[in-house]
Amino acid sequence: MRAELKNFQHEQYYFKLRLGFSAFVVIVLFSLLAVRFFYLQIKQHDHYQTLAENNRISLVPIVPNRGLIIDRNGIVLAHNFFVYTLEITPSKITDLDVTIAELSKLVEISSLDLKRYNKLRVESRNFESVPIRTHLNDSEAAKFAVNHYRFPGVEIKSRLFRHYPLGKLGSHVVGYIGRINDKDLAGLEKSESLSNYKGSDHVGKSGVEQFYEPYLHGTTGFQQVEIDADGRAVRVLSSTLPVPGNNIILSIDSKMQEIAETAFGEHRGAMVAIDPKTGAVLAYVSQPTFDPNLFVDGIDVENWKALNDSLDKPLINRPIRGIYPPGSTFKPFVAMAGLENGKRLPPFSIQDSGYFTLANSTHRYRDWKPSGHGMVDMQRAITISCDTFFYGLALELGIEKLTDFVRHFGFGGKSGIDMQGEIGGLLPTPEWKMRRYKQPWYQGETVITGIGQGYTLVTPMQLAQATAILANDGVAMKPHLVTQIQQAISGKTQMIAAEVQDKIVLNPENIAIVRRGMMDVTLPGGTAASVGANAAYAIAAKTGTAQVIGIKQNEKYNASSINERHRDHALFIAYAPADNPKIALAVIVENGGHGGSAGGPIARKVMDYYLLGKLPEVNAAPLDPIAKPLGAIGASLIGSAVIKPGAIPEEELHD
Amino acid sequence: MINKLFQHLAKHIDSFLMTCLLFTLLIGLFVLYSASGQNYSRLFGQVINITIALSFMWVAANIAPNQLERVALPLYVLGVLLLICVALFGSMSHGARRWLSLGFTQIQPSEIMRIAMPMMLAWYFSKREGKPAMADFAVGGLLLVVPVALIMKQPDLGTAILISASGFYILFLAGLSWKFLVGGVIAFAASTPILWSMLHDYQRRRIEILLDPTQDPLGAGYHTIQAIIALGSGGIAGKGWLKGTQTQLDFLPERSTDFIFAVFGEEFGLLGNLLLLLLFSLIIMRGLVIASQAPSTFSRLLAGSITLTFFTYGFVNMGMVSGILPVVGVPLPLISYGGTSMVMLCIGFGILMSIQTHKKLVAT
Repeated sequence: MRAELKNFQHEQYYFKLRLGFSAFVVIVLFSLLAVRFFYLQIKQHDHYQTLAENNRISLVPIVPNRGLIIDRNGIVLAHNFFVYTLEITPSKITDLDVTIAELSKLVEISSLDLKRYNKLRVESRNFESVPIRTHLNDSEAAKFAVNHYRFPGVEIKSRLFRHYPLGKLGSHVVGYIGRINDKDLAGLEKSESLSNYKGSDHVGKSGVEQFYEPYLHGTTGFQQVEIDADGRAVRVLSSTLPVPGNNIILSIDSKMQEIAETAFGEHRGAMVAIDPKTGAVLAYVSQPTFDPNLFVDGIDVENWKALNDSLDKPLINRPIRGIYPPGSTFKPFVAMAGLENGKRLPPFSIQDSGYFTLANSTHRYRDWKPSGHGMVDMQRAITISCDTFFYGLALELGIEKLTDFVRHFGFGGKSGIDMQGEIGGLLPTPEWKMRRYKQPWYQGETVITGIGQGYTLVTPMQLAQATAILANDGVAMKPHLVTQIQQAISGKTQMIAAEVQDKIVLNPENIAIVRRGMMDVTLPGGTAASVGANAAYAIAAKTGTAQVIGIKQNEKYNASSINERHRDHALFIAYAPADNPKIALAVIVENGGHGGSAGGPIARKVMDYYLLGKLPEVNAAPLDPIAKPLGAIGASLIGSAVIKPGAIPEEELHD
Repeated sequence: MINKLFQHLAKHIDSFLMTCLLFTLLIGLFVLYSASGQNYSRLFGQVINITIALSFMWVAANIAPNQLERVALPLYVLGVLLLICVALFGSMSHGARRWLSLGFTQIQPSEIMRIAMPMMLAWYFSKREGKPAMADFAVGGLLLVVPVALIMKQPDLGTAILISASGFYILFLAGLSWKFLVGGVIAFAASTPILWSMLHDYQRRRIEILLDPTQDPLGAGYHTIQAIIALGSGGIAGKGWLKGTQTQLDFLPERSTDFIFAVFGEEFGLLGNLLLLLLFSLIIMRGLVIASQAPSTFSRLLAGSITLTFFTYGFVNMGMVSGILPVVGVPLPLISYGGTSMVMLCIGFGILMSIQTHKKLVAT
């Protein structure tokens, strides 16, 4: 006991000894630091003071030219040009208000300019120069240059501005750039590319501009400059040149884009056309569009409100973010599911009397043709879009087998197109319904899923991709907007190779049945016979109509008596030439009524142009990108937002 | 009522230490505001970091030392396992493998080690009360070397040095013999060439440039040269808050983090620097007093190590900014911008407070 206590005291003694020694070391080392500070800050102060004052070597970033965006035929969709800006460095100004008042006597400074200046001023640092006026013309620039001596801290700079020569045409594809905000900064920091944005003010915000930002931006260069006491560059000591951003070459054909957008007329909607063999997207329409040039310099409140509050929702990227019930365009895929599961193989046929009922129910699932179609086999069911046939097929397949199969065609998942913000639509399953609504799945819901009604939701992109997969015998090519990335200086191009996404193993005989059914759609007797009239090539197609509002039993749908925004959506999918598909597409005309008559003509014009080089009669003038404001349609129209049936929250849609 | 609540909340807070910490943190916020170019979101971010860190400190202060003793071994084992995981499947960033992705978040296991290492060694030596034998030091050394080697390998020299220091202080305070210490210094000197060969190129370059920063004035030496110019031009009273030309004109790199001391020294001068040294000294002396009064071997060793590690932080950072130590990537404690290091530091201070305030309860 005593030994232990002694031991303890002994240990404590030694511990305190060591602690004391540590304290001594701390004091010695801190004194060493204090001496070092004294040496630097007192003894050598003058020396370092001079060095600091003469610290004239400054690294100035040189912003690289942003890459161009070019369509498949070499038409420029996005380029840059220099403009003069009048800039103020706040730290060098004594009285800002006086300076601005004096400046406005020389060049016009609007209240909008002032608003923007104040906004930028808050966002930037004291020593950074902030533009008060952009787009100075030559005479304004000259006027200021003469008076420059009166305005220390104000200077003319030339900055690169982005311009979209085709304006509204294809604006959802090209996208736009905008000023870097906090969210962008965080993203750049995360991707470890922040240092490359020293000096950059803009970053891609949507479309190709956003997705290909890392390629378009280029590598920032640096200039080592000698600066005077005011921070003005006097002499360049050395420089590392910036590497301009890569040019991005799209698979889009802007002439085709124009034809398609014009063909929509005053309708809202979307169209995606794909080369089924490569996955290259040929046209990507979202109507109405907007002018991306508005966003470059920071969009003003009025324009923003007009775009954002418009019932037409021009800012929504409909092909990847608009969701619609597929309607009867779903039937070819349901047909494939049936055939591949050994159901409805020829010579199976039904006697259609115009409706379908479940075993112990009186509810009639009606065909679109009240009198029925008579004897119908699989091929004919597609051609005439026989609802009764597909009600029974869906029920016999069951919802799980049905959705499991069509999922291979890309429904219920993202297509993987090179654009941000894609949503995955919805393929309903009993588990999904239980999760979402806490309700069991009903047989009737399986029945209507067979004709693309009910919970199923697709994006135009998905529908086009599914059509392309069908046209390509089950081989899914990854859809892409960009085909080449070109180095700006050397002109070296890197091709984006076509990429097989998935291969669905399908029985060729089954494919043949569905494809024959779709070919007959555009022939006399089919639901879109007019679309195929006088065509120099065979078109395989399927029409669809998606209900926007429910119709009660025994009630008739009368388009003319219904509010325009409650009319059915018209859907149309097609590929051509039917025997050797070169183009596959999906058209959705919001509140357009019948798929064949509203969507079909748009598809036909696009296919005529692509396959025959034929221009629509009203639009035969050669494309003159700069002189003519293209696609300036739909902006002044009344219309509705993309209707999301059932108000399903977006997270449910595999966003 | 409110008074009572406050008393209850502050029961395990050491008021002297707390005052010094708060004062230093406040100075840090002012410096950060200037260093970040008057960026409010940075400042706000740091306020959040501090709030979180102080909450952790409060929690740590309320955990009795004997409870800490119990988790020492599991925490250490967990830390080592995670470090092994980092070496095997860690994610690369900036040419170093430090992070471990857990799916929903990323963790940096070397940070856990900063607390786990001193706790483990303190626990180990507390189990060998009396005079630890040479073999115990050998085991202690091994416990120290394994994780440090893993961290060196990432590579993260700054953290490796700090963790080595925290472990070494325990060995030293536990009574590692002077003969061995002196022998160690000689052995270290002899093994310098081998260590040199183990360093990464960029680390070697840093040491070379330390010896002669003018070798590479626009490259690796740029940091040091600009930092020294900033300090030196600050003079006695400094250029004034927000008025440091080196800082505001972008000459100083990494102003908010590792080189924030240069901002401070430029804008507040020698007087500011001495004030900061004084504050640091007060914190360290308080920590040493707490260690000397601690009732158990575990708490005593742990308190000593935490305090001296804090000292090491400050000394290495200020030494590096003023050009007497190599640039090793150690932030200035309580001042530099950063969440994790702030939290770890404050957990350390919380443990110090716990040791100080639980002692009385045990003694009665």
